[in-house]
Amino acid sequence: MAVIAGSTASRKTRWAIIDIVVVVYALIPVLWTLSLSFKTPAAQTDKKFFPSEWTFQNYKDIFTTNEFLRALINSIGIAVISTLIAVVLGTMAAYAIARLDFPGKKALVGVSLLIAMFPQVSLVSPLFEMERNLGLFDTWAGLIFPYITFGLPLAIYTLSAFFREIPWELEKAAKMDGATPAQAFRRVIAPLAAPGVFTTAILVFIFCWNDFLFAISLTSTTASRTVPAALSFFTGASQFEAPTGTISAAAVVITIPIILFVLFFQRRIVAGLTSGAVKG
Amino acid sequence: MSQTVETGTPAEVVPAKKKPVLSEGKRAERRLGWLLCAPAAIVMVAVTGWPIIYSVWLSLQRYDLRFPDDREFVGLSNYAAVLTDKYWWTAFGITSLITVVSVIIELVLGMLLALIMHRTLVGRGLVRTVSLIPYGIVTVVAAFSWFYAWNTDTGYLTSLFGAEAPLTQQISSLAIIILAEVWKTTPFMALLLMAGLALVPDDLLKAASMDGATAWQRFTKVMLPVMKPAILVALLFRTLDAFRVFDNIFVLTKGANDTSSVSMQTYNNLIKGLNLGIGSTMSVLIFIAVAIIAFIFIKLFGASAPGSDSGGRR
Repeated sequence: MAVIAGSTASRKTRWAIIDIVVVVYALIPVLWTLSLSFKTPAAQTDKKFFPSEWTFQNYKDIFTTNEFLRALINSIGIAVISTLIAVVLGTMAAYAIARLDFPGKKALVGVSLLIAMFPQVSLVSPLFEMERNLGLFDTWAGLIFPYITFGLPLAIYTLSAFFREIPWELEKAAKMDGATPAQAFRRVIAPLAAPGVFTTAILVFIFCWNDFLFAISLTSTTASRTVPAALSFFTGASQFEAPTGTISAAAVVITIPIILFVLFFQRRIVAGLTSGAVKG
Repeated sequence: MSQTVETGTPAEVVPAKKKPVLSEGKRAERRLGWLLCAPAAIVMVAVTGWPIIYSVWLSLQRYDLRFPDDREFVGLSNYAAVLTDKYWWTAFGITSLITVVSVIIELVLGMLLALIMHRTLVGRGLVRTVSLIPYGIVTVVAAFSWFYAWNTDTGYLTSLFGAEAPLTQQISSLAIIILAEVWKTTPFMALLLMAGLALVPDDLLKAASMDGATAWQRFTKVMLPVMKPAILVALLFRTLDAFRVFDNIFVLTKGANDTSSVSMQTYNNLIKGLNLGIGSTMSVLIFIAVAIIAFIFIKLFGASAPGSDSGGRR
């Protein structure tokens, strides 16, 4: 489609304009939130895209309330623990799927595909009841379990695609030299697989960081409420003040890790998302 | 889905019968395979399989947490109650509408974005980086941004379009919900499609071009057929994902003015109404609906279904 007659320069200009459209499209809601977070309470309702007067008050406010800090700690803790466990379990399973021959492999791939498509809301009712009975309701573990479960298919798909790219001969060579399959896994494949594992960890982390449905259904207090869920419970400094500024500031804070991942690992995230989905 | 299960079982039986004597190495490989997969499989089944069965059991009971003493087995009467409820069907219609409209728009925009990312002469890295932001951003954060953009008190867009309180009317609310969904997920769609684009051989495009095919003909006659599997995968993932729409509606309208989705209805009955029986019934119904959608897609896929060849046979 791009092969349209015309000099290179004019084609470049055309592409540059298209690129700008894409950039604006992707950034507008982010910039708007950023702008709201720097507006003074009085200016919140001026409907201007950029703040006329800048203030850090909203950030000061959220970091002095226990509510946001606690939610931030919950978000980070729950997402990191879930990611670690999902990636470790997923790495083991993906290695087996990509490299070993054993019965039941297809069933496992089928099950994880099934879970990737699973409507999360279908789990909310039974998990709500089960977790109340088990004492897991409104605890970190109560969120970590569903996050691991939905992170696993993602991890297994992405990782088995990565693992298939790893040179097979190296493992054979290691076995030739007397290594058991387990040793071949630890000494040879694991270091080669590290970049894939890292990418997968980012994708799983983004999933856990993002979740709202479980976070709002399986928690009831600040003990385990994560930031996305806590945002909707924010109140203004006084009851006459809308919490627009504080919500926006908190939103900006939890967007920072995403922006950092995207900036530093763009290439890997793209590779991870596409390989897992298409070759999987 | 059922295919994978079917093919899984014979595979377990046949080799054992055919080759009763396995070499030591082969047996070690099997053991290691099972050992490595077991933890993942156990967690996945324990957190999804068992609860689904449990929710079927809960859905057959009258069980309201506000009146726990009235708990009793009522058979299918919860299903009768939900399936004759007009709010449920409204929510079902709204969910289907949001799903179909947003997935169609995403497919078109996603294809455009994929072509841009694939072909742009300048700033390819920049475009790819920037398009990952909607994918990665927390849905609730984006939803709040749209909420404040269209809110009558704070919104820059309301005054720009001269709209009057768009989030208090059904049609405009739905349009905004779809906008929020499309914004957030188009890049994901585009990435999946881009993977398909990469499979289109350049030679084929050049040959078509030599033979005098126009850009549109090259797109429809050369690119689309090659990309078909990628398109179907992208559509499947996005359709099922769109069907569970919750976050955006929760923030934007809270389901007011008939903008509630089936997920919202379940949440309201369960967490707000504390009615476990009805909530579980809705959970089961949504599960069935999603299974039907997935089944239709898998039929469409035929052999190109993801996972059908994923034994990873080296």
